[in-house]
Amino acid sequence: MSDTLTFHFDVDGENFTSAGQASVQVKKNLRQLGFDPETIRRVSIAMYEGEINMVIHAGGGTADVTVDDGCIEIVLSDTGPGIANIEQAMQEGFSTAPDNIRTLGFGAGMGLPNMKRYTDYMHIDSVVGEGTTITMKVNY
Amino acid sequence: MNTYIHSVSLDPSKCTGCTTCMKHCPTEAIRVRNGCAEIDPERCIDCGECIRNCDNSAKKSVCNTFDEIKKFKYKIALPAPALFAQFDNLDNIDYVLQGLLDIGFDDVFEVSKAAEIVSAYTRIYLQTEGIKKPVISTACPVITRLIGLRFPFLKDNLMPLLPPMEVAASMAREMTLRAHPELKSEDIGICFISPCPAKASYAKNGFGSYKSEVDLVVSMSEVYFLLINVMNRDKPITLNTQAGRIGLSWAICGGEGSALLNDKILAADGINNVISVLDQIEDGNIPPIDFVELNACPGGCVGGVLTIENPYIAKNRLHTLRRYMPISLNSMPENEHFIPEKRFFTDYPKYQPLNRLSDNIGESMRLMAQIQQVRKSLPGIDCGSCGAPTCRAFAEDIVLGHADRNDCIIAYKDLFKKYLENRSGGDDSEGQ
Repeated sequence: MSDTLTFHFDVDGENFTSAGQASVQVKKNLRQLGFDPETIRRVSIAMYEGEINMVIHAGGGTADVTVDDGCIEIVLSDTGPGIANIEQAMQEGFSTAPDNIRTLGFGAGMGLPNMKRYTDYMHIDSVVGEGTTITMKVNY
Repeated sequence: MNTYIHSVSLDPSKCTGCTTCMKHCPTEAIRVRNGCAEIDPERCIDCGECIRNCDNSAKKSVCNTFDEIKKFKYKIALPAPALFAQFDNLDNIDYVLQGLLDIGFDDVFEVSKAAEIVSAYTRIYLQTEGIKKPVISTACPVITRLIGLRFPFLKDNLMPLLPPMEVAASMAREMTLRAHPELKSEDIGICFISPCPAKASYAKNGFGSYKSEVDLVVSMSEVYFLLINVMNRDKPITLNTQAGRIGLSWAICGGEGSALLNDKILAADGINNVISVLDQIEDGNIPPIDFVELNACPGGCVGGVLTIENPYIAKNRLHTLRRYMPISLNSMPENEHFIPEKRFFTDYPKYQPLNRLSDNIGESMRLMAQIQQVRKSLPGIDCGSCGAPTCRAFAEDIVLGHADRNDCIIAYKDLFKKYLENRSGGDDSEGQ
């Protein structure tokens, strides 16, 4: 038996009623594995923000969470529009969310900054027109 | 390991093994084995969903019986405000209070009175510097247990104030000892008239190191039938209600919140709605709010499984009853702006993670990998025939050694089909 564990989720795009379900499931799994509450919270906030981003901007994507020795890695991949200016996107309050999304209470421009704040490592790989892959790590 | 005393139990002679309760249990605490439901005491939060959904009355609440009050010299009734919503054509709460005296209580202390005091405390508490917001109400014992098992990060959001039932019990005892110096504390029996089994669990288990002041918890439905026999408009009334609209409204979802006279509140009811609200709070995905009122039962306490009336009809009755009542009859004394020390909890129950696979993360990971593998081999239709609520829960049970793979009827059917195919194949070859 290998000592890593992976969870794979398909995140449905444009469906707000199911958005956030993958992070709730990850939270349940981590709890069952016996992680401490703070680690669980950091992972679930980072993942929730990323999951919502994929729904809002990219029409969905995939989420893979790997639990390794000492580290939980979250990889979020989509084939959406990509991020033109990553530095700008990382600024608190910067948002490109359309109005219909903002009326639902999303799009405050805190998604990426929060993901960075709650993780120990974050890397964004993005090509305009092709998609975005975000890798985050939370050490435990 | 499990020392929590529950108030939801099963009558095996009535259980048909139908899986309905198992499907409705929000914490997956129920399994059906050998044609009969079993409740896992470590996972059960006493929410009463199984009692609500059982068609065979096999799930019961374990309360004290009314007759048990007789062992006390001085008996005080603590009616939950939901009690007043159970009666048809009631236009004055005083008839119910008189009724409680007539069935054998020596005195009545309305929980709605204590609720108004707790509302006043809460308004002050919310102004405390440095508290974690949103503050989550601790009035519903199902919620506090759920947070202890499943949302440890929200522990510091719990309001550290005693719930109205406890404030009522403590005030009733203090007042009685003062008025009747001949009585000792143990002569006084404080009996809460409860809309739900969770309050009975609370009285038995306390909260953290706090021990409940309630001596007995009797179900609202038992008291209801005693009351309707004695309540009478022609009888003289010897005591009057000591609470107003705010106290009464605690029985319905939104009542506790609206008493805070603050629009930054959220009120949710129904256990599954409550769980999703808690998930969102934990993920930081909520608007800035000060206070969260959570009720496990639909509609609030009027939806408790020990009530008689439909929760929405009961809610309507409360609206009618409170129409000409004053807003509140209880508040903080004029010059007091602090909450007495004795109304605070000193500590919280320990975090007891729900169904942790193992105490060792490495071992847990190994088990979860196995569970994932077993889960993939199951049909995934969550039919419940195996006695577990979902295929995922069944996979867990198999890996942990609590269930056998062949309990899955779909897998068993395939096995049987293969067996038949092999056999008929064998027959054919023999025939040719």
